[in-house]
Amino acid sequence: MSEIIEVQNVSKSYWRDSLEISVLHNISLKVNEGEFLALMGPSGSGKTTLLNLIAGIDRPTKGKLIVAGTDIAALGESALAKWRAASVGFVFQFYNLIPVLTAFENVELPLLLTKLSKAERRKHVEDTLEIVGLGDRIHHYPKQLSGGQEQRVAIARAIVTDPVLLVADEPTGDLDRASAEEILTLMERLNKEFKKTIMMVTHDPHAAQRARIIRHLEKGDLTEGVEYENIKANI
Amino acid sequence: MKIPLKYTFRSFKAKKLTTTITIIGVSLVVFVFAAVLMMAHGVEKTLVATGAPDNIKITRKAANGEISSIIDPETQNVIRTLPDIGKNPDGTQLISNEPVVVINITKADGGLSNVTVRGIGKVGMQIRPQVKIIEGRMFNFGLRELIAGEALHKRFPDAQVGSKVKLAGDYWSVVGIFSSNGSGFDSELWGDAIQLLGAFNRGNTCSSITLKLADINQYDNFKRAFDSDRRLQQFEHDSETQYYAKQSEFLATFIRILGIFITVIFSFGATIGAMITMYSAVANRTVEIGTLRSLGFKRRSILASFLTESLAISLIGGAVGLVLASFLQFFSISTMNFTSFSELAFSFALSPSIIIISLIFALLMGVLGGFLPSVRAARMNIVTALRAG
Ligand SMILES: Nc1ncnc2c1ncn2[C@@H]1O[C@H](COP(=O)(O)OP(=O)(O)OP(=O)(O)O)[C@@H](O)[C@H]1O
Ligand SMILES: [Mg+2]
Repeated sequence: MSEIIEVQNVSKSYWRDSLEISVLHNISLKVNEGEFLALMGPSGSGKTTLLNLIAGIDRPTKGKLIVAGTDIAALGESALAKWRAASVGFVFQFYNLIPVLTAFENVELPLLLTKLSKAERRKHVEDTLEIVGLGDRIHHYPKQLSGGQEQRVAIARAIVTDPVLLVADEPTGDLDRASAEEILTLMERLNKEFKKTIMMVTHDPHAAQRARIIRHLEKGDLTEGVEYENIKANI
Repeated sequence: MKIPLKYTFRSFKAKKLTTTITIIGVSLVVFVFAAVLMMAHGVEKTLVATGAPDNIKITRKAANGEISSIIDPETQNVIRTLPDIGKNPDGTQLISNEPVVVINITKADGGLSNVTVRGIGKVGMQIRPQVKIIEGRMFNFGLRELIAGEALHKRFPDAQVGSKVKLAGDYWSVVGIFSSNGSGFDSELWGDAIQLLGAFNRGNTCSSITLKLADINQYDNFKRAFDSDRRLQQFEHDSETQYYAKQSEFLATFIRILGIFITVIFSFGATIGAMITMYSAVANRTVEIGTLRSLGFKRRSILASFLTESLAISLIGGAVGLVLASFLQFFSISTMNFTSFSELAFSFALSPSIIIISLIFALLMGVLGGFLPSVRAARMNIVTALRAG
């Protein structure tokens, strides 16, 4: 199996006034295509930061990031935006749907960056909303949906362009148990049935159990030891 | 423009109050702006409508208005000898020697105002078929009687059928009201030219001559004869329309400059209002901006989206302002015309170019108000924007 994510000696610092805050220290990580990885760790350990780097919305201070075959740290602003549109789907803790757009219109957004015709876009959006189980809610606005439904719309938006990589930052963090289960089941299905590589940040050990690999981040360092026990459960 | 317009429109519909206030601000400025231009245009239209294109008006060069123009009897005779002047069947030439004076009469609000009094003969009426008596009767030649223009009649208690107006120490009766379709004549008093000359001891010197050519296509011929006659060197001719167009220039330009100066000052307020609205829109939608960027939308799409929003707000404001201003067409006002030193009544007049200029003015406020906020939105760092939630 080929590697879809290759993080090589990546460091990331932020500057607050003139004070350097080192968030990630010399991190290296490889993720195979088709993997479902859960990233755990205490608050402030740098999980979101690492995820953002891999998703190409943030840039490393040092190091190399090869994601979906592209050296993304070397891309220019505009090329990186194009790469994001084509290669990665983003799922957020608070869904981040555009409130003034319907479920259909939210899911259609990433397709507006493609060359698809209106009719093709319509088909893609409807099919994708069907996959996440919201075929009957396509003209609802976000505020007319439950949290779980909103997150499913967000997932549909993330996968509608059929990216190879799906990143999710605490996708169940704002959901009740039952909705969280639904979302996790959906993510599992996307991984198995649709062969999406998924990288999911979570605080919840229960959620992490649904992934195949769990990695831990502690104060900006990836701890050694990969938990493979999930593989047994999934085989 | 990749970000859909419905995002733009629904976003500002979702923030009704601030958007409405901004629209009102822009519309008020555009209203004032359009009103001023309509006023200037109204002056032009009124004065231009005063003349007929096939009447020729002769005045003394260097005279700013008829009131300071003097044409002596010798010159009057020279003019009679010019070619191509129209004639009545009985042989009388279509020439109207007109004395013009300015008098003070009392306005409805009690103040005094200058009013032009024009003396005319039978030909003077004949070459101005647009002038119609709408109340009372025509004055009698040989009597000290006057007819008053419609606009005066509305504004001056003394300009009524039956009232008397003091002219050169004598009282003249107003016997009729005339209308010339809202032209400048409607702000004048007309009486018998000979009576007027007598009352003011002017002998036979008139202020201006208006004549009608037998055929307006002969104007070039007439012009050549006029311009080559050394006795007429101190006089000038114009088509009556042209003459009044020139008369309107000064007042119309004055209104425009003053008005534009004032509205530009107002527009700073509206622009700042638009800016505040757009800054708050950007602040409120920071997470949305981060989300759109993370989906792959580029900075310039964000810029375009917010600029469009600001332009849409200003365009709506502009349209509202114009609609309000268009109602002004039903109003007429009067002001002192500096060129004739007398009252001129006119209506606000809208024109396609006023509509276009006003909308451009509105859009300009939108661009200026929306630019900096849109740049801020476009320059946002994605991660910072996403963390703002
Ligand atoms: N844009 C930023 N500017 C300054 N500091 C930042 C920025 N982003 C993150 N940090 C800091 O980096 C550290 C790691 O942040 P990060 O969001 O990656 O943590 P996390 O593991 O996702 O935490 P949580 O579980 O609470 O989401 C924190 O100390 C945070 O304050
Ligand atoms: Mg986080």
